[in-house]
Amino acid sequence: MPHSEPGSEVAEDKMDIQPEADVEGSPTANGDTHGTAEEDTPMADAAQSQPEVRDHDKKDVKLEELFDDMDSDEEFPSSKEAADQTPQSSSPDELPSSIGGADLKASDPEVMRSFYQRLFPWRYLFQWLNHSPTPTNDFGHREFAFTLSNDAYLRYQSFPTADLLKKDVLRLMPSRFEIGPVYNTNPRDRKTLRNSTAFKPLSKELCFDIDLTDYDDIRTCCDKANICNKCWQFMTMAIKVIDAALREDFGFKHIMWVYSGRRGAHAWVCDKKARAMDDQKRRAIAGYLEVIRGGAQSGKKVNLRRPLHPHITRSLDILKTHFQKDVLEVQDPWQTMERQDKLLQLLPDKQLNERLRTKWNSAPGRGSLSKWADIDALAKTGASKSLDAKALLEAKQDIVLEYTYPRLDIEVSKKLNHLLKSPFVVHPGTGRVCVPIDTKSLENFDPLAVPTVQSLLQEIDAWKASEEPDSSASRVQDWEKTGLKPYVEQFRSFVIGLMKDERDVKVKRERDDESMDF
Amino acid sequence: MIRQEFGRPEAKRARAVDHRKKQHAAPTYQDNTYPYRLNFYTTPPTADITLEQFEQWAIDRLRVLAELEACAFRNKSPAETAAHMKPLLDKYLPIEANSSSSTQKTEQRRKDHYSHFILRLAFASTEDLRRRFARVETALFRMRMASDDKSEREAFVESLGLDWERVTDKERKMLRDELAATSAATFGAKIAPEEETWCKVDWERVPELVEQRKVYLRAGKAYVPSREQQSMVITEFTNHLDKALEMTARALPRLDEDDRLTPILNHLSKNFITPDAGYASSGAPEGAEISARNIDNLSVHFPACMSNLHKSLRRDAHLKHYGRLQYTLFLKGIGLSLDECLVFWRTSFHKVTDDTFNKEYRYNVRHVYGDVGGDANRRGGGYSPFSCQKILTEHPPGPGEAHGCPYRHFNLENLTTLLQSMGVSDRSVLQGVKEDKEKQKFHLACNRVFEYVHQKEIKRAKDEGVMTAAQLETIVHPNEYFKRSYILKNLDKKKEQAPSDVKMEAS
Repeated sequence: MPHSEPGSEVAEDKMDIQPEADVEGSPTANGDTHGTAEEDTPMADAAQSQPEVRDHDKKDVKLEELFDDMDSDEEFPSSKEAADQTPQSSSPDELPSSIGGADLKASDPEVMRSFYQRLFPWRYLFQWLNHSPTPTNDFGHREFAFTLSNDAYLRYQSFPTADLLKKDVLRLMPSRFEIGPVYNTNPRDRKTLRNSTAFKPLSKELCFDIDLTDYDDIRTCCDKANICNKCWQFMTMAIKVIDAALREDFGFKHIMWVYSGRRGAHAWVCDKKARAMDDQKRRAIAGYLEVIRGGAQSGKKVNLRRPLHPHITRSLDILKTHFQKDVLEVQDPWQTMERQDKLLQLLPDKQLNERLRTKWNSAPGRGSLSKWADIDALAKTGASKSLDAKALLEAKQDIVLEYTYPRLDIEVSKKLNHLLKSPFVVHPGTGRVCVPIDTKSLENFDPLAVPTVQSLLQEIDAWKASEEPDSSASRVQDWEKTGLKPYVEQFRSFVIGLMKDERDVKVKRERDDESMDF
Repeated sequence: MIRQEFGRPEAKRARAVDHRKKQHAAPTYQDNTYPYRLNFYTTPPTADITLEQFEQWAIDRLRVLAELEACAFRNKSPAETAAHMKPLLDKYLPIEANSSSSTQKTEQRRKDHYSHFILRLAFASTEDLRRRFARVETALFRMRMASDDKSEREAFVESLGLDWERVTDKERKMLRDELAATSAATFGAKIAPEEETWCKVDWERVPELVEQRKVYLRAGKAYVPSREQQSMVITEFTNHLDKALEMTARALPRLDEDDRLTPILNHLSKNFITPDAGYASSGAPEGAEISARNIDNLSVHFPACMSNLHKSLRRDAHLKHYGRLQYTLFLKGIGLSLDECLVFWRTSFHKVTDDTFNKEYRYNVRHVYGDVGGDANRRGGGYSPFSCQKILTEHPPGPGEAHGCPYRHFNLENLTTLLQSMGVSDRSVLQGVKEDKEKQKFHLACNRVFEYVHQKEIKRAKDEGVMTAAQLETIVHPNEYFKRSYILKNLDKKKEQAPSDVKMEAS
């Protein structure tokens, strides 16, 4: 073999892979897999997304691997036909009666196997990506990428049906898998094309990635990969603002928010129009939504034109109360002396700043809420002769935005061929399932209460014990016995809504076609 | 999405001639008339021109386009570009308005029309060329449109027949506040939204306006004031040209052509070189010890962007992804070998374990050097070091990131601190940098600092004729900054070693 490299070495003999149970929580693959950022190691920093690198980094696939895949795809499709109908209800008796989840790590192969086998909503995932109950290219030409438990990263996997995907997942036991775009050819056949430019991504959901590590300079409760319910409020605000803009301004309807398993959330905008957008349009949306700009050294990060764009005005309306409560009261970002300087730097009037500094220095430990009120109070007393009330108001608006407006990992949204972690996979570090977030009761979403894979498996066991005599028990699918139920149901209704719209469009187009004269 | 069919001759379908027969039918062309100064280039030229005209016109247009591209690389503002381009345009590609009394109008427009299509043939062959051609042609179109008479522009836009939906009076009143907010912020004018015509289009048609939040959006529709049609027209122009180029590319292999045109076309496309082709000559300046442990010493020769990255790295023992990318490429450009580079990063990231380093960072460094990755990456030896243009325009740094250009991405205070740490304390220089920054002349600011830091050496180099003026022109690449700085600071060493070869390799 002329070149050998991390990914393909593994691919060569992937049948033999023994997932290692001791991979501490966090497989980050070979650097180039970082695109989706969030779910990396605790020590890795979040913003190492490297879409650029990845784009250039089409992994070679070895010849034997190509055939390997073909075999696994096509050799036994019929034997699985029946299971396709009810993948989740594969009789529980065949499995170990107790999985004993609690004392095992989430990345333990037995735990993962049981999860993928019994709980993962394969059928809805399929329908979600396929937009129709019968297999189409929307699913068949879709790229999946697996991160194996030894950190190898397999790109360009594709599957004609959900069942074959499930089979391969169970065989390879990836610690997570990602979803990429639909290509114009089957990704597995890309090497057979005459030239490499003929292999093109056609469509993908518009995605957003928000990560709490990007809030490290303004959150005081946690940092790095840690989160609590206090700083999760930043995420709540972010979701509200982005969701409103996508729905009201851009007219998108099918938006799913997913908890990313540790410290962030992803959005999947699944409208047909959104999926078909090219990079330029994705960039346009990203730019429209991006307000906080600048790096560590750029000082004031929000600099907006006046009058404010209606989108900003609306966002400010949404964020105002959060700013008072979740930022000023709870985070108390300017409590200490050095932190209060950060606030003063953002205010325009030097004289006023001096007065404020004197006042605050004489009362150490004064809370941010009072400090924020002091600004207007002192301004009113005429602390500064040259005070420009309008500039002050605008600076205050900018500050509110700097401390509340969503901080997007914007690269994820700009590129059609960016990969993003699939919903419902397990975060290997926390064991939490990447569940959809219900935007209707967004405020009630508690990331720390999201079920872990271990707790779910225990729930299955517990359920069996208590309700086995019930004759209808065999009809109940495993996920229905657990805390995953509301999330799967939510996902299901989302998918049904999406498929319905998609069907309507198709019917309409067929009608249009008939009327055309060829 | 739009009525993109304006590029497709509707008549073709209506005539319903069997295409096999049509091939042999005598062409029935309409003579081209040029009622407007601007041209969407929808119909190809049909009249005969001489071979000399063919070549000369194409070369003239190419001159203009190449210069336009150079302006873009130098980050010139639209106004500056227009001023810069005016003499060239007048010379090579004049095009006058209907109102002008010139008798050359038709001839000028014909040349514009023909030369566009000739270059289209020359630049359709590869995707890269197509993209660049479309970009500069769009820039040219945009510039001409901006300089167009208002009435003529309106007539031209009208003639395109783009289907734009007017916003009704009722809706306009209802959305008064929102429309006023976008209109005033964007156009600075005090025109009340009622007094203006607005049209409503799918937002996808005006991505530029959406990206900059210059229009009000509602339910997927963008509300565009009539004054801002320009952006929409330009988007249409680009879309149309992209498609047309694609079609040309597909038709090229079947071009039934004798040997007269092909050589000319090939020659044309070869001469369309990028001024920003990157830092071609890699490798260390002679006599420099480029090694991992010497980077600290060498960092005095670094431009502010790299100096900042180096300091951040030393301070945090870490850099985020784009910082690593920008810095690794620069180090590669100054001649640091892959092995040394790996050593450099490993020792710099002293807070992480070997395991983490190997897993998360090693691969990237190797990838940048073209040591791993796809075929194309390996063959190409990895990426080229970033130019100023790229650093200034792509991937602005986000929270906690140290890459980018300090002259652009730092606020003044932090920039001043950084410059002082680089030994720039002269007030007039700092003031100059401040003004450059305000005018968005980031190159000038950087070159100003360079000249200040190296003032003695530059003088000496000039006096002694070691470096010609051409070798001391504006720096537009961080690696050039390093190289020049190193050579200047080591003039003595140079002379001793090889006084004669400096000129050759300093370019």
